[in-house]
Amino acid sequence: MIKGLALLACCFLLGMWCGALLGTWLGIDANVGGVGFAMAFLLLSKEYVTSKGWWNGEFAFGLDFWNKLYIPIVIAMAASLNVKSAVSAGLLAFLAGTLPVLLAFGVVKILLKQVNPEK
Amino acid sequence: MKELEVILDKNGLIVAFLFVGILTWATDAFSKKVVNGRIPGSALAIGLALVLGYLGGVLAEGEQGLADLSYFKGLSILGGSMFRDFAIVATATGASFLLIRKSGILGLISLVLGIGLFFGFGVALGWMMGYRDAISLCTIGAGACTYIVGPVTGGAIGASSEVIALSIGTGVVKTIAVTILTPVLAKWIGLNSPGAAMAYGGIMGTSSGVAAGLAATDPTLVPYGAVTATFYTGLGCLICPSLFYLVLSTLLG
Repeated sequence: MIKGLALLACCFLLGMWCGALLGTWLGIDANVGGVGFAMAFLLLSKEYVTSKGWWNGEFAFGLDFWNKLYIPIVIAMAASLNVKSAVSAGLLAFLAGTLPVLLAFGVVKILLKQVNPEK
Repeated sequence: MKELEVILDKNGLIVAFLFVGILTWATDAFSKKVVNGRIPGSALAIGLALVLGYLGGVLAEGEQGLADLSYFKGLSILGGSMFRDFAIVATATGASFLLIRKSGILGLISLVLGIGLFFGFGVALGWMMGYRDAISLCTIGAGACTYIVGPVTGGAIGASSEVIALSIGTGVVKTIAVTILTPVLAKWIGLNSPGAAMAYGGIMGTSSGVAAGLAATDPTLVPYGAVTATFYTGLGCLICPSLFYLVLSTLLG
């Protein structure tokens, strides 16, 4: 368990480091895409670990636990946000959450007509 | 009672586990029994948490929602940026290179198209509602992608707590809209094959909305939609606070 968790921690720290470096390089005082870099590292190391035959249930559990914890974390985050001030812009959240979805359904329809994926 | 108060006050993070667990249990039960799974339990829980965050803000007059009430201060640790980003990185294990190759070009096109579409539309709506600075607009556009891309982007470029809350609210509305509309519109858009599900997952992007929407349409399509949707958040977290933010701030001078 702890090995999987340590791998996740390693990828996370490396990714955050890359994000920080990219931020400095772009001249933004922030972490740029650190989460995305960390995900890429994790996917690559997962391939490596699997090819070495070290990937098993016990190893995966350390990662899987955090994978499953992400919705609870988002719930906790939602409860600890400054919602009061955002409510004044409630209409925007509703419009920006629904209108693009309707448009996106249309785009899926057009894309599928153009590409026509095999069954 | 005094002893209990001290215990609750001292173990904030553990109280937060209990709180989120009870909330999830209640909303899952509500999702199954009352709305027949039409709205996923997780979307309900996040929506309810935002409502509670609002009440917490009203009661405590602070800036951290429910976490301003001392018994719930652990929520700001559990929902803080460290745990949040760590758990998001862990979700990448749900994807595999083999399946990515299978979804191929169509998946990639739909991902880029989807992120661009939602981000652009979100920014346009934010502009119409009076936001003019690149940081707020970028965060709102990212929130129109998913409720994770929004706060990750907002946190990375330094958006205010209000705008981040707004971006999460937008993402939650999107998840609910995708979940409800998918079974209704599935036939019309031609969502009937694994390839179609991959394109759909890449454009919609919200993992819980896609999974719940496909489950209500055709359960055999769920893994195919999820495989592209899994990358949506990661790709969004990578390009919204970098490329898109740079483009926006250049456009706005």
